[in-house]
Amino acid sequence: MWESVKEFASEFFVTGDPLIYGADVSIVLSMIAIVSVLTYFKKWGWLWREWLTTVDHKKIGIMYILASVLMLFRGGVDALLMRAQLVMPEMQFLSGDHYNQIFTTHGVIMILFMAMPLMFGLFNVIVPLQLGARDVAFPFLNSLSFWLFFSGAMLFNLSFVIGGSPDAGWLAYPPYSELAFNPGPGQDFYIWGIQISGIGSLMTGINFIVTILKVRAPGMTLMKMPMFSWSVLSSCIAIVFAFPILTVTLALLFIDRYLGGHFFTLDGGGNPMMYINLIWMWGHPEVYIIVLPAFGIFSEIVATFSRKKLFGYKSMVFAMIIISVLSFLVWAHHFFTMGSGADVNAFFAVTTMLIAIPTGVKVFNWLFTMFRGKITFETPMLWTVGIIPNFVIGGMTGVLLSVAPADFQYHNSYFLVAHFHQVIIAGVVFGFFAGLYYWWPKIFGFKLNERIGRWAFWLWNIGFYLCFMPQYALGLMGMTRRLYSYGWDKGWFEMNLVSTIGAVIMGAAFLVQIWDIAHSLKHMKKDTTGDPWDARTLEWSIPSPAPFYNFAVMPQVTSQDDWHERKLRIEQGLEKPEKVELEPIHMPKNSGIPIVMSMFWFFVGFGLIFDWLWMAVPGFIGVIACMVVHSFNYDTDYYVTVEEIKRTEAAAGRVIT
Amino acid sequence: MSKQSVQGTADQHGGHGSLKSYVIGFVLSLVFTIIPILALENGWLDSDKRIIIYLTAALFQFIVQLFFFMHLKEEDKPRYNLMSLLLGLFIVFLIVIGSIWIMMYNMVAL
Repeated sequence: MWESVKEFASEFFVTGDPLIYGADVSIVLSMIAIVSVLTYFKKWGWLWREWLTTVDHKKIGIMYILASVLMLFRGGVDALLMRAQLVMPEMQFLSGDHYNQIFTTHGVIMILFMAMPLMFGLFNVIVPLQLGARDVAFPFLNSLSFWLFFSGAMLFNLSFVIGGSPDAGWLAYPPYSELAFNPGPGQDFYIWGIQISGIGSLMTGINFIVTILKVRAPGMTLMKMPMFSWSVLSSCIAIVFAFPILTVTLALLFIDRYLGGHFFTLDGGGNPMMYINLIWMWGHPEVYIIVLPAFGIFSEIVATFSRKKLFGYKSMVFAMIIISVLSFLVWAHHFFTMGSGADVNAFFAVTTMLIAIPTGVKVFNWLFTMFRGKITFETPMLWTVGIIPNFVIGGMTGVLLSVAPADFQYHNSYFLVAHFHQVIIAGVVFGFFAGLYYWWPKIFGFKLNERIGRWAFWLWNIGFYLCFMPQYALGLMGMTRRLYSYGWDKGWFEMNLVSTIGAVIMGAAFLVQIWDIAHSLKHMKKDTTGDPWDARTLEWSIPSPAPFYNFAVMPQVTSQDDWHERKLRIEQGLEKPEKVELEPIHMPKNSGIPIVMSMFWFFVGFGLIFDWLWMAVPGFIGVIACMVVHSFNYDTDYYVTVEEIKRTEAAAGRVIT
Repeated sequence: MSKQSVQGTADQHGGHGSLKSYVIGFVLSLVFTIIPILALENGWLDSDKRIIIYLTAALFQFIVQLFFFMHLKEEDKPRYNLMSLLLGLFIVFLIVIGSIWIMMYNMVAL
């Protein structure tokens, strides 16, 4: 008996690496700490009522952001481990297998479990407030999306200590990801982690499209909508059409692995190239999905801190929609070297170059917005101004890569690695950071410390350039990606050393940001105005943090940047405070079904990974049961009374007559 | 939308179709299901040409679903459902035609 338990455990848990044992211990310790703190302070009920079952878009957004910061930490540690291995030739820090696992998890976590949830977090917190809505169109679905993402992310992260991590790269190219070459559970963790969170992403996409098209404040026509909401709409359009492709592709891979199919195998009529073709049909739009909202954030920040209306509103809208459609037309540029001939390569090279045009339009719009504006450099603006040159370099190297004949040289070299990190870190991550600094007071009710924020900004940027500029050169010198060791004779040592130093500085910058949050929490200065930046859009017209019903009175929108215009009218004495009639507010009720259903999905995934049908089948029955229970639940909403609205508004320092 | 509800529009436009239109839609969808089955069972035409029957029936089936069950015709302006349908069709054709084009000339796949 004991022998069989031991044998099972040695297969089930990842063994043999001191790093992983250390992680095991710290995971167990932090779980014990969390459970005991919650029990000691009797916070379980509070946690369940206020957070785990909430359908409030602001709380869901905060949970998304928290989860993504945790994932940023995990992905960042992965990055530092890789840079430590590459710091000098013939390092003996990580083995080749371990290195493969780390670059795989780094890629998957950073894109799918860090960038996506951070983006969804900002969608959730800001979009309904900008639109003058009381919640998203489908609050229950929103909560379900979050919990599906969360259980998918946890499932994927579990592979670190149980079963073994996937090691076939962030897109799991076959034939290596097929059962014949990769029999362990790692690839199945990859498939189910992404599938489960992918359902959540798709539902979020649908939810926000409907929210933006249908739940705007009266008077807000589409062309009066704030630019961030436009960027969310264009990003969600791409989500809705791209994520089903990912789901199907991974389902086919799963059929290959689990049921012995031959879609992507080398024998039996399969073709691994088809997988590469399909996965990039999702993979390329995905890149634009995460970067478009960042463009929206820049547009908001640039207008606010230049004290000017955004230049070229219409061209910005067109550019965003064009990018989101055009992003579906470029996928083959990820495999120019696959050998599909000159016609195919020429077509996709041209479409890729075309994308640079709307992107360029945006950059010029930001520059012209700043032109003759009264610019102030608070942290959000600092990030935005820092990002523009940084992203432009990334975009230009992208145009270099899009030249198909030249791509045969750059393909899978460190030049490519540097390029995509430059667009994704300088575009997406820094963009979301800018958004976090900008909307932080709206989300939490206090500003982050400006001085520490500037330190974080400079450390991130200096670290970034130090880390990735040498990698362009290394790529041209012949260093290929996913390489875990190199010889002294290559002449790559110095540049790799500089690159690692840059990575360490970025790690330090992350810690400075955590310190920034802790410091600002301790020396909190409450934002009583609700509009600390003197901004322009509706979310700043209500107290910060926003009351749970968002708007006590529905705003009547008359123009773009409506809040700014209203402030002008009040200043000129044109707008008299009218006597407002408060009405009971219709709100959704909390529900425990999303978290329970996602837990069942977790069991389905875990059971299928280990081929334990005794776990997967009941899990699936649980999922169905949750759906049935929810569809017979008619008690989903309630009305907030006028007295409660008055009380809440008074507590936030606003008197309603 | 004067009084805004958090439920969005899900419960706002009540009357979707009538019993009559649902019955017509149901009968039509049955007809377009039975035709290919009959074609297969009775061996109409040769198997190559029979595919045309299947595809035509599938196309009509698609249209019936759109009009009688998805209520594509009854939509208020702006016609978001129609727009998203067209974009969806565009993307689907893009995926199919693009994949065929890329994979047909693929040197590795031979």
